[in-house]
Amino acid sequence: MLEIDDIDVYYGQLPAMRDVSMRLDDGGILAVIGANGAGKSTLLKAIAGQVPLASGRILLDGKDVSRVPAFKRARLGIALVPEGRRLFKSLTVEENLLTARASKRSGPWTLDAIYERFPLVAERRHRRAGDLSGGEQQATSIARALISNPSVLLLDEVSLGLAPAIIAQIYASIPLIREQGTSILLVEQDVQQATRASHDVHCLLQGRTSLAGRDLDLADITRAYFGA
Amino acid sequence: MQIVSAIIQGVLLGGLYALFAAGLSFMFGVMRLVNLAHGALAVLAAYGTLLLVQAGFVSPLLAMLVIVPAMAALGYVLQRFVLQRTLSESPLPSLLVTFGIAIIIANLLLVTQSANQRRLSLGALDTASIAIGDIRIGVFPILVLAFAVLALGGLSLVMRRTQFGRLVRAVSDDAPTVSLMGANPRHIYAIAAAIAFGLVAVAGVANGVQAGFNPSSGDMLLIYAFEAVIIGGLGSLWGTLLGSMILGVVQTLAATFDATLFQLAGHVVFLIFLIFLPNGLIQRRVRQ
Repeated sequence: MLEIDDIDVYYGQLPAMRDVSMRLDDGGILAVIGANGAGKSTLLKAIAGQVPLASGRILLDGKDVSRVPAFKRARLGIALVPEGRRLFKSLTVEENLLTARASKRSGPWTLDAIYERFPLVAERRHRRAGDLSGGEQQATSIARALISNPSVLLLDEVSLGLAPAIIAQIYASIPLIREQGTSILLVEQDVQQATRASHDVHCLLQGRTSLAGRDLDLADITRAYFGA
Repeated sequence: MQIVSAIIQGVLLGGLYALFAAGLSFMFGVMRLVNLAHGALAVLAAYGTLLLVQAGFVSPLLAMLVIVPAMAALGYVLQRFVLQRTLSESPLPSLLVTFGIAIIIANLLLVTQSANQRRLSLGALDTASIAIGDIRIGVFPILVLAFAVLALGGLSLVMRRTQFGRLVRAVSDDAPTVSLMGANPRHIYAIAAAIAFGLVAVAGVANGVQAGFNPSSGDMLLIYAFEAVIIGGLGSLWGTLLGSMILGVVQTLAATFDATLFQLAGHVVFLIFLIFLPNGLIQRRVRQ
């Protein structure tokens, strides 16, 4: 279980996130939505350990990981699929996947399991990651995160800049991932995409929680999204 | 015949340069850090070996069993706790700090060891040679070249085939993302520095046997290594070997016409490369 307990994040003097709390149960899914600059990516970076907390706590299975460096959080089972995919461009697809073995975690997601479930990745395994299309890169980035067999998977705007058919394929893999016991925190700008993927929705506006709940009304979400 | 001999000697000299340049090239390739203390560190390793030999170690080769791991450990610590802090978008902090380290090492050696030219001796191996027709080739330079090729080949194999190699390449693509994979980029950088320092220690000892050294001879070693790296292409290990050979051959060829041309010819060739092929012979394939 992942608990975010009243966190603040600052970029220099600028507050990027204030008093945000949420929780994600084992095997659960939660969609965080919000406009540009709402603090969605900041939230995921804070959970993964890429930006420090100014205050508050992040607990993984009851253990406070707020001061744990990013590479150790990855070993504890937090995997981030970062905004912009961030593949290692000079490495092949397979080499990209293998780097995640540095987390030293084992589980159902082996190289073979990935290739079986993600044909898009399997076809391109010997290609240099820099030469892939956007959709192939996104699939590879998700597959790379899965190789570490995370207990919590953080997905940062996986649909950004992709064709609708590819987005559908990527979202189709989410139930597959949850079946293996991984819980998912996903960040989206697209409200419909988010509400289709998850009953639980958390809406951020300018770094603060503007609405959170289950099976929310679309009109309420829209209001919380734009702050109208 | 004299020309052929000069080319062979040049290739062998290139082996020594390659050993120097490998560490410089490796550190630049991994963490974009130009280590200006590289030559001074080689000299430091040579003095360390000399002191151990004087203290009763039978041979410099035996002393290397202590010096090379010690230099590797120094590399790890220096990278992890000093050079790491200088890494940033600007290359200036690391240049200044490594330049400072070079000055500190050279002056410490000057104060404690005097300015005299010193030499390491391997006994009969110093002057042993084999004859092929009219050409005599030194056994020790052949060993140095063989070691350089083995070391570069081994390193390149490690880079291509192992998890450590993958992580090193990943870290030079995108270090923050490597930490998301569960590996600590600082640890990877420090191990890369340890490898580079270990290599430069071997180079320092080899140079101490072949040419001798004094506290300030690091400067010239740094320049040769730097030129070899640029000629070969920044960050490419095989390019570095090639660049070293070109530099060695040009120097010895020029010296057969006039011994004073040895250094000048090398520098001129380096400048020609810098003007017409600034990216070197072998360019790294992908950079974002």
